[in-house]
Amino acid sequence: MNALNKSKLWANLKSKYSIYMVLLALFLVSWLANENFVSGENLKNISTQISVGTILAFGQTILIISGMLDLSSASVLALAGVLSVSAYKMTGSLVIAFLVAILVGVLCNVLNGLMVTKFKAPPFIATLAMMTMARGAALMYTNGQNIYQIGDYVVFGQGRILGLPAPIIFMIGLLVLTWYLLKHTVFGRSVYAIGGNEEAANASGINVNKVKMRAFIINGIFVGIAGVLFMSRINGGMPNGAIGYEFKALTAAVIGGTSFTGGIGTASGTLAGAFIVGFLDNIMVLIGVNSYLQQIVRGAIIALAVIYDIWAKTKKTKLKLGNVESK
Amino acid sequence: MNLDIKLRVSNVEKFFPGVKALDKINFAVRKGTVHVICGENGAGKSTLMKVINGIYKQDAGQILIDEKVVDIKNPIEARSLGISMIFQELNYMPEMTIEESLFVGNWPKDRYGKVDWKEIRKRTLQLLEKENLNYAPETKIKDLTVSDIQMLEILKAISYNSDIIIMDEPTSAITQKEVEVLFKKINELTKRGTCVIYISHKMDEIFRIADEITVFRDGCVVDSRPKEDYDMETVITQMVGRKVESIFQKEDIEIGEQVLQVYGLTDAAKFKNINFQVCKGEIVGFAGLMGAGRTEVMRALFGLDEYQAGEVLIKGKKVNIRNVRDSIDQKIVMLSEDRRRFGIIPVRSVRENVSLSSLKKFIYKGRLHAEIENQTVADLCKKMNVKTPSYETSIEALSGGNQQKVILSKWMVTDPDILILDEPTRGIDVGAKHEIYKLMTMLTKQGKAVIMVSSELPELIMMCDRIYVMAKGEITGMLKRDEFTQEKIMAYATAIRAQ
Repeated sequence: MNALNKSKLWANLKSKYSIYMVLLALFLVSWLANENFVSGENLKNISTQISVGTILAFGQTILIISGMLDLSSASVLALAGVLSVSAYKMTGSLVIAFLVAILVGVLCNVLNGLMVTKFKAPPFIATLAMMTMARGAALMYTNGQNIYQIGDYVVFGQGRILGLPAPIIFMIGLLVLTWYLLKHTVFGRSVYAIGGNEEAANASGINVNKVKMRAFIINGIFVGIAGVLFMSRINGGMPNGAIGYEFKALTAAVIGGTSFTGGIGTASGTLAGAFIVGFLDNIMVLIGVNSYLQQIVRGAIIALAVIYDIWAKTKKTKLKLGNVESK
Repeated sequence: MNLDIKLRVSNVEKFFPGVKALDKINFAVRKGTVHVICGENGAGKSTLMKVINGIYKQDAGQILIDEKVVDIKNPIEARSLGISMIFQELNYMPEMTIEESLFVGNWPKDRYGKVDWKEIRKRTLQLLEKENLNYAPETKIKDLTVSDIQMLEILKAISYNSDIIIMDEPTSAITQKEVEVLFKKINELTKRGTCVIYISHKMDEIFRIADEITVFRDGCVVDSRPKEDYDMETVITQMVGRKVESIFQKEDIEIGEQVLQVYGLTDAAKFKNINFQVCKGEIVGFAGLMGAGRTEVMRALFGLDEYQAGEVLIKGKKVNIRNVRDSIDQKIVMLSEDRRRFGIIPVRSVRENVSLSSLKKFIYKGRLHAEIENQTVADLCKKMNVKTPSYETSIEALSGGNQQKVILSKWMVTDPDILILDEPTRGIDVGAKHEIYKLMTMLTKQGKAVIMVSSELPELIMMCDRIYVMAKGEITGMLKRDEFTQEKIMAYATAIRAQ
């Protein structure tokens, strides 16, 4: 292998795996900075803490790759969560409660999808409307009061599966599902194509509206599950819960290399993005960083991720132009 | 030295990578005249206008105004030298009002540096009154018709006190009545001493409006004379006869039964009563000037746009194609003229671009069969001679010709019977063109039918068995291979022999 090929390979590795290297580096630095960081208990806590946001982020990832996004996910999470808790208190059935959450998540997202596909509303505006409506519905249903004494409902968020906290298992399960959908289904390939160039995807025989609708429905399922886990973890149905989680989810996806211009992104990248934020938050607490400063750092990381994304892309284009000229 | 000459172009040359777009261009425009520039698509007309307007910089030669050499660096400088250009595709901001757009970038300011709306209103009203135009200054641009917007552009040019107004195919989007208004306006302008450079290839118009005519071909001026010394036949003869870039020997391939029959295809706004047939093993060309409606017919046939009336029969059976998927299922595919917009998914790999239209061949029983996908993509790309570092390279890193071959490969995976190729060789180099011709031959040998839409007459004449010619949304003629001449095709395309 000659030097040129080697440098190409290295560039390829760097662009493909850079996010995991950042994660690894952050892990090592955190380890050096504070010995408590690497304890099993601490890592388990971080994973549990990020699980709800990460599950939302998987839904966002699919949407962002196809050139859309969901601002309503946290509000719909709250609505699905309180209705699910309430359904449990009425029926005593965990299964029914779980299904109610998913049903609510899906219904809200079908509405999102209809606004986007039938009425051609930009996803930003459509989901902004849903964000406000769903939060209002959650507050109206509960009269603004939290629902307490939820009994066995806590098992979703506080129980253990295979010795691990249940939310972590859910997170891993949905990671695999997202990976499978994106990699191994016609739907997944269509999602990438639509985000990459919607008109060309349509001219290639892809039913763009159908795929977009499905992306929202899948997002709805994820949001419903996240709703169950969230309410179960905090021991109550809280209509004002999870405020700002939609941005946590977007942050994880963007840091994980999902491109807001569409067509690029992976489930594992998003997971890495979520862990980068999780590690960073955790280590900043452990070494006693001022909490306001923490927020500034979090914001700066998003800016860096986006700048890197754009920089990497322009570099690629330049490379391409270089190729043409040298011909 | 001739004081009557307003604008002189002297030995201007312009190179683009691999092409000489303008070759020692010389001509002069006299004060108060309409100077028509005509030539086929790609003859260099627009390139020269962009040089004059300061969008491109010439590589050699000079531009003279009032016989003094000028250096035009950008359109703003061109404007200050009295040159205005009205583009073929009008760039306008739909939400702006007439008065706002008239002074874009040049808004009068009051002494605090605030935009002086009173002054703008005053000047707009003056201008509208002077030019006898009946618009309210606060009308939004989006509420105007195309010809209104064009009028507005002319108004803008007048408001800059332009001496030279360049109009690039100004009548391509307006009705006959509006054309009359435009011509009246042009007459007024020339009476005042303004010169108008008018780009067009509509023969009837040219001979009505021109004082002088310059014909372009292959980046050169063929001839430049007063209108009186020209007739339509001469202009057409001078326009055609472009050099053939790549000579390709068409092979004799047996032509089979009819596979596609189209009857009375109509879409009120774009084309009407389109009838044609295509046979197995045949290459059928569609010639016509820009805006003749060729692409629109093909898009309707392919299910990208709807049509209002007409029947499509495939192998004698009536089909109802409502979307691209239906079309692919009926074994019709289309390579779009706009590769970047309708062809490639730029950020994705060559592999994903090739398999895009046939995903079900690789994804079944709940998983992706990567080995089958890789094999299919590799086989086809080899057959199509796609040059790429790897099949995982993103398609945008390839040259135009190779991108085109990737898109062709995508369609080949669907195993089509009928291929519509809309400008298949546009924007690709000579070598790649040759390869596309070879591929077309290979396809017809396999018994496929090919419809080739092209603006390059030599390649149509070289490749086709029959050619349909379109003008203004209708088929104006059909020629068999032994009847092909550029003059005949151009005559039908300019509709001077329309039935």
